[in-house]
Amino acid sequence: MKIFRKILRTGVITEPPARPDAEIEDLGKQISTMIQRRYRGSLAIRMVDAGSCNACELEIHALNNPYYDLERFGIHFVASPRHADMLLVTGPVTRNMETALKMTLAAVAEPTLVVAVGDCAACGGEFGESYASLGAVNNVIPVDAVIRGCPPTPLSLLHGLLAVLGRQS
Amino acid sequence: MRFTLHAHLHTLLTQAGIAAHDHSTQLPCLDIAVAQWTATAKLASEAKLRLVALWAEQEGDGYTVHAAFAHKDHGYALTRTTLDAATGEFPSITTYYVAAARMERVIHDLFGLIPGGHPDTRPWLKHEHWPQNAFPLRKTFAAATALPRVDGRYPFIEAEGDGVYEIPVGPVHAGIIEPGHFRFLAVGELILNLEERLGYVHKGIEKAMEGRDVPAGARLAARVSGDATVAHSWAYCQAAEQAAGIAIPRRAVALRAVLCERERLANHIGDIGAICNDAAWSFMHMQCQRLREDLARTHQRLFGHRLLMDCIQAGGLARDVDDDGIRQLLTQTRAVAAEMRELYDTYENHTPIRERVIDSGKVTAADAVDIGLLGYVGRSVEQDSDARRDAAYAPYDRHPPQLAVCRGGDVAARLWVRFAEIQDSARLIETLLLDLPDGAVQTAWQAPRDTGCGFAVIESWRGEIVTWVRLATHGAIDRCYIRDPSMINWLGLELAAREVPVPDFPLNNKSFNCSYSGHDL
Repeated sequence: MKIFRKILRTGVITEPPARPDAEIEDLGKQISTMIQRRYRGSLAIRMVDAGSCNACELEIHALNNPYYDLERFGIHFVASPRHADMLLVTGPVTRNMETALKMTLAAVAEPTLVVAVGDCAACGGEFGESYASLGAVNNVIPVDAVIRGCPPTPLSLLHGLLAVLGRQS
Repeated sequence: MRFTLHAHLHTLLTQAGIAAHDHSTQLPCLDIAVAQWTATAKLASEAKLRLVALWAEQEGDGYTVHAAFAHKDHGYALTRTTLDAATGEFPSITTYYVAAARMERVIHDLFGLIPGGHPDTRPWLKHEHWPQNAFPLRKTFAAATALPRVDGRYPFIEAEGDGVYEIPVGPVHAGIIEPGHFRFLAVGELILNLEERLGYVHKGIEKAMEGRDVPAGARLAARVSGDATVAHSWAYCQAAEQAAGIAIPRRAVALRAVLCERERLANHIGDIGAICNDAAWSFMHMQCQRLREDLARTHQRLFGHRLLMDCIQAGGLARDVDDDGIRQLLTQTRAVAAEMRELYDTYENHTPIRERVIDSGKVTAADAVDIGLLGYVGRSVEQDSDARRDAAYAPYDRHPPQLAVCRGGDVAARLWVRFAEIQDSARLIETLLLDLPDGAVQTAWQAPRDTGCGFAVIESWRGEIVTWVRLATHGAIDRCYIRDPSMINWLGLELAAREVPVPDFPLNNKSFNCSYSGHDL
C-alpha cells in the first residue's frame, strides 16, 4: 500500500517538452507526425559510448526520467543495433573503440541516422586527437547531425533530437 | 592530510633491516632500493597496510616506481624505488597485493618497464592491435603519434569440461552505459568465472596532462569520470595546490565538500533506482530518477552545471553561493533525505526486491582485505575505511563522516550502505552549510617558478580517489597520476559474479557501478 500512496502523492510530474514555448510545441507536433509517418510511430535509438567520460550517458539517461519521459514522443532506446533507426554516439572515439563503433554501425539496418552527442563527439573536446583518441565521431563514421554541450543537458538533447528529425522530413 | 604512517613504516622497515632513505621534501617519501622492493611489500602486507596505488614516472633517462600505502589508524605513506636504467625492470609485488597486478600491467603498457615475476604479462590497456614497442608515457613518445594497427589476439582464460560454455559480452553493452568486455564462463545458468577486459575508453588522459598548465589540466581532471567530476577535480586541484604551495580560502574548502557530498547524494540515489530497475522494480527507479533530477536542476541554477563540472578550480571554486542559495541547498537536501528515508522503508518491506538482492553477488571479507576494496563496496563487507576519516583532509578533519560499515558483501549490503550514506551526506551538508566561513572562494592561481609535487586522496561517492602531481618549472605538469577507485573495485566484481545466475549479472554490476573511463583513463 505504501507504494500506491507514494505514487498517488507524487502525482504526474511529466512536463510539456522543455519550456512550453511555441517553437517546441510546433516542432514536437511535426516530429510526432513525422515519426508516425516515417517510423510507424516509433523511433528506436541505439546509444554507443565510443570513449566518453560518462557525463553524456548520465544526461541521456535523464531523458527517460519522469520529467522528460522521452518515450511519449515515440522515441525509445533499444539494446541491439539490429533494432535501431538511429545511433547516438558519445565521446571522442578512442583507438580501442574504433572497430566496435564501425561494427555497430554495420549492424544497423539502412537507412541509419548517426548523431554525435557532446563536444567530444563533435570535435574531440578536451581530449582532442592523440595516440589514444581519434577525436570527432566524424573522423571514424559519417555523421548526420551533432548535438553540442559538455555534456548537453536533457533540454538540449531534446532540442537536438527534434531538430535532427525535423531536418529529415 | 595525515601522513603519520610514514614514520611508522620507516620504523618497521628499519627494524626489519631494510634501508629506507627518508627523501621527504614537500611530501614525505621513503626511498627503497629496488632489491628491497618486494621485501618492503611483504612487510607492509604483514603489517596489514592497504596498497593504495602503484605508478611510475620518468626522471631524465631513468624511471622510478612509486607505491602508496594506508592504514586506517595511521593515514598514508609514500615509497619509491629507482630502477636500474639498463634493465628497466622492477620486481612485481603481486604476490603480496592482488591489486598490484593490473597497476603493474598498466606501468608495463605505458612505460615499457617490466614487472619481474608478474604472473600475468598480457597487455591491459594496450589492446591487441597496438604495436608492442609503443610506450606512450615515455617522454620521447609524442602524444600525437598516429600508431599503426597490427594483428594480434588477446588470450582469454579458457575452461574445458562438460557443459562449460563462454558468453562474450561487449564492449558495446545493451544499455546506456560505458563500454567494456566481459567474458563469462558459465555452466547452465550459473557464472563459473568472469574475466573483465577493459581499456576500451583509454583516451590518454595522463599523457594529455603533460605540458598543460594547472588550470588547463583541471578541465581534463573534471572529465576523468563524469559521474565523479567533483571528486576528481578536487583531488587534482588539491594535489596541484600542494605542489604549488597555495592555500585556499576556508569557505572554498567547505563548499568543495558540500559539492562532493551533493555528488554522493545524486549518484547513490540514481544508482539505488537503477539497481532496483535491474531487478524489474521500476517504482523505485522512477522515484529515484525524479529526486536525482531535482538535485541536478538546483545545481544548474546555483552553480551553472547540472553535474557540477568545472565548479572546482585550482585555487578554490569557480563561483560562490549566496545566502538564498544556501537556503535552497539546505531545504532541498533535507527534503531529499526525508524522501529517501521513506523510500528505504518501502524497499525494506518489499519482498520481491529483497529476494533478488539478499545473498546475490557475495564477496567475502577475506577477499575484500586481499583486494583492498574501496568505498561502499568495501564498507559493505567489513572494510572500515574512508579517506575522509583516514586521511582527515579539510574540512572533514573538523567534520568527520559517520561511517556505515556492515557485514554481508552482497547486493543488499551494498544497497544498505548507500542508503545510510545518503543520510550521513545530508547531515554533513547541513553541518557544513550552517558553519560556512565567510570570505572569498578563490585564491588567484599563480604558477610556481620551482618544481613541486603533490599527493591528494579524496573520498568520492565511489571510494578513494588518488591524484599525484609533479610540476616542472613554471607550473607546467610534468606527470599527473590518477587512481580511480574502480582500478581496485573492478577486481571485486569478478569475484562477486561467481555462482551468480547470468541474468543477475547486471544487478551485480550496477551494485558495484565501477567506472570504465576512470579505470581506463
